[in-house]
Amino acid sequence: MTGDTPHPWARAMRAMAALAVDTDTLKGMTIRARAGPVRQSAEAALAKLPGPKHLVHPSVTDTQLFGGLNISASVAEGRMVHDAGLSDRPGMLVIPMAERCSPGLAVRLGQILDCGHGHSLVLLDEGASPEEQAPAALLDRLAFHINLTGLRWSEASVSLPAPADIEAAQKRLPQITVPQNALESLTFLAARFGIDSLRAPLLAIAAARALASLDHATQVSEAHLTEATELVYPARATTFPQAPVEAEAEAEAEAEAEAEAEAEENPARPETQEDTKNETDGDLGQGETLPGEMLIAAVAALLPDGLLDRVTAKSRSTKPASGSGAGARRRGNRIGRPLPSRPGHPDGRARIDVIATLRAAIPWQALRPKQDHSRVKIYPSDIRLRRFEDRSDRLVIFIVDASGSAAMARLAEAKGAIELLLGQAYARRDHVALVAFRGTTAETLLPPTRSLVQAKRRLAALPGGGGTPLAAGLETAAQLAAQSRDRGLSPAFALLTDGRANIALDRTSNRAQAQSDAQRRAAHLRMFTLQGCVIDTAPRSSPEATSLAQALGVDCIALPRADAQRLSKAIDQVLDA
Amino acid sequence: MKTPFPFSAIVGQDQMKRAMILTAIDPGIGGVLVFGDRGTGKSTAVRALAALLPSIRAVRGCPVNSANPADCPEWASVSDLEVTERPTPMIDLPLGVTEDRVTGALDIERALTQGEKAFEPGLLARANRGYLYIDEVNLLEDHIVDLLLDVAQSGQNAVEREGLSIRHDARFVLVGSGNPEEGELRPQLLDRFGLSVEVTSPDNIDDRIEVIRRRHAFETDTDNFLTHWQAEDAKLCDKILTARSALPNISSDDGILRACAQLCLTLGADGLRGELTLLRAARAFAAFEDTDQVTRGHLSAIAPIALSHRLRRDPLDEAGSTARVSRAVAEVLG
Repeated sequence: MTGDTPHPWARAMRAMAALAVDTDTLKGMTIRARAGPVRQSAEAALAKLPGPKHLVHPSVTDTQLFGGLNISASVAEGRMVHDAGLSDRPGMLVIPMAERCSPGLAVRLGQILDCGHGHSLVLLDEGASPEEQAPAALLDRLAFHINLTGLRWSEASVSLPAPADIEAAQKRLPQITVPQNALESLTFLAARFGIDSLRAPLLAIAAARALASLDHATQVSEAHLTEATELVYPARATTFPQAPVEAEAEAEAEAEAEAEAEAEENPARPETQEDTKNETDGDLGQGETLPGEMLIAAVAALLPDGLLDRVTAKSRSTKPASGSGAGARRRGNRIGRPLPSRPGHPDGRARIDVIATLRAAIPWQALRPKQDHSRVKIYPSDIRLRRFEDRSDRLVIFIVDASGSAAMARLAEAKGAIELLLGQAYARRDHVALVAFRGTTAETLLPPTRSLVQAKRRLAALPGGGGTPLAAGLETAAQLAAQSRDRGLSPAFALLTDGRANIALDRTSNRAQAQSDAQRRAAHLRMFTLQGCVIDTAPRSSPEATSLAQALGVDCIALPRADAQRLSKAIDQVLDA
Repeated sequence: MKTPFPFSAIVGQDQMKRAMILTAIDPGIGGVLVFGDRGTGKSTAVRALAALLPSIRAVRGCPVNSANPADCPEWASVSDLEVTERPTPMIDLPLGVTEDRVTGALDIERALTQGEKAFEPGLLARANRGYLYIDEVNLLEDHIVDLLLDVAQSGQNAVEREGLSIRHDARFVLVGSGNPEEGELRPQLLDRFGLSVEVTSPDNIDDRIEVIRRRHAFETDTDNFLTHWQAEDAKLCDKILTARSALPNISSDDGILRACAQLCLTLGADGLRGELTLLRAARAFAAFEDTDQVTRGHLSAIAPIALSHRLRRDPLDEAGSTARVSRAVAEVLG
């Protein structure tokens, strides 16, 4: 226990207990932890929760989820055999590697949750970087977001309430009442933290009721509300609430004191019924005089570290685009040129090639035992699946030199060109990304996207000025190209620069070193991309840009005064050639 | 299945509700697209609409919900010809669906186990005379979109595969929802939606509290809540039925037609579908409002939802399309 706030582990256990009490409304939780003893303890705790549990792999098929024909069994038995899917069996769906969960699966799981057949969902998220996250569509539906990253195993000591206690709490749940003003204050609080989704306050209320029920209370108290908001709100917050500094500091101190008391009480909670009641009474009295500030401070203390960056960047869309972006999965291998069929197990996604299946079965007919009525005997191993080949989507990476004052103008044109290309992106099947380099480093300003809305938000404020770390820019672009190729896109690039590198990879200002670094990085980038062009933005065409284009193996176009229209046209021509 | 949240109890979101009601009055309007953030009640509204809609009369055994036995398709060899009431179909089209499931295909089970060539109808057949709902429509894969485009336009599903040649009615109202941050929608598909609405979370704290209060009441005090709001829903359902029967008698004079055309010209909307949908939706709206004539007021109320997604998009124009439509409405209709 760290002292100032309830320990993350204790909080996780409270969340699990609450989830067990009111599974139908709270829907589930996501646990973010890398593989290790702490996560194992969390999984062990999960296993102790009542009700059946099913492990669902992110690549689960529709047949497994929603049920369907069991072809092997049908063929073997000569009659139709249907398998029941997970959607017919209520229980807790546990999804490991949830950060790999595709948007398609997310929507299907969302549908299963929304039907209210008694399913709940636990996402075990092993994302290493903040961008790696389970799909937002699911996160929004689940009540609790628990982050166990950085916990030591010895800290994971608190355990769940006994199953009998949870069962008793489930029985008490319908009698728990919520004070009238609680709904208002929770909604207000959500608005203060910039939480748009209206699911958040509803989940917080349900969580508060479940917690109250666990504590043998008959009414939801201020303490339960605080605890519920601490569990539900921090991961969803997008802004820091604006409050007078003094008031906030004061409230924070109080909240901390209160949180401490609570933390100490936590492990022994089910037994200390009397104490809890006394405390809650006191809190209610306090709640009348104290406005929502106390709640605000409690949540603010738990906000994730990255939030400040998000707030200063003023973009809610920094919430990862990768989790649910449309790009990666459009490999389009279900349309296009047909390829020879291959043997395989029908999983509800691929189509069975009936003719090829029969053809595969015919040679073996003489060997296979004849049965009464069937003319052709087909074994599961005969089944052939259709395959198609399609050209994958293209990713155009703009690498823009944002150094110095002259380059500022180019940045604006690059922005215009990106928006123009995106405007027609659908027909051309293009995704667009933007890497800018200036000062000493390069930065991916726009990760691969096809969304105009997102691009516009990101492009709205772009910084410029400083040195020309060309090598760093090429390196970042190469990383992006490698990533996107793994995701099934074909990368291409447009490099806007005058080619005069003056910052080396080690961030020192050394022109000769910078040039040789840039040449090496250019050769590296060449390995990843097929098409591209260098657009020379210098007022007079420069030998550096030409030699850079040679190193990259692409054309060099001198466009000293191009506007957005001409730029996008030039890039079009090069890439379509 | 849990009882869906009542349609009338949805707070605010008037445009979305209006658009959905209009498609219930005149399915020919051609569907609704709802774009907005998560947790703004898109799915809730669609589920609620399914519960609100009046039931249809259809042949019990018919896979395409035919209204009378003579219309049943031959391939289905329907044996149970009794006409019964059934709820208006509201069919979900999940994202990862296969082509076979959408259009229908050779019945593999029967082909492999009995060696018979039979057609297994798909989701399009089931959605006939009802609604087809696509959640996260902007993430739908291209080849499924291609199938939908053709069928949504012609109202006929043609299956030519694996030696089958089958045609059946597939007239449905397409309802799509999605989050624009996750990707754009293909313009061709955008065009097939008659109306499009953008929803946002209410920015008014009182509205938000009211939403939470109602939802909380729905979950904790379900019976009382439903008794109250289902009565409201029933009233709304009656109103829709009245509007449906009044629809053929709604007149629209030349001035209105001229205003429609002028509006679309001003906005530079592609094709003529804009005018047609605008007029159709305005007529349905007039019927819903219980008047017998389309007025300019109806037009200006409908124009934003009927036209905002049909504008040619200029990526360099910062103003949203809704703003452009309201500017044009103010200009043309005064």
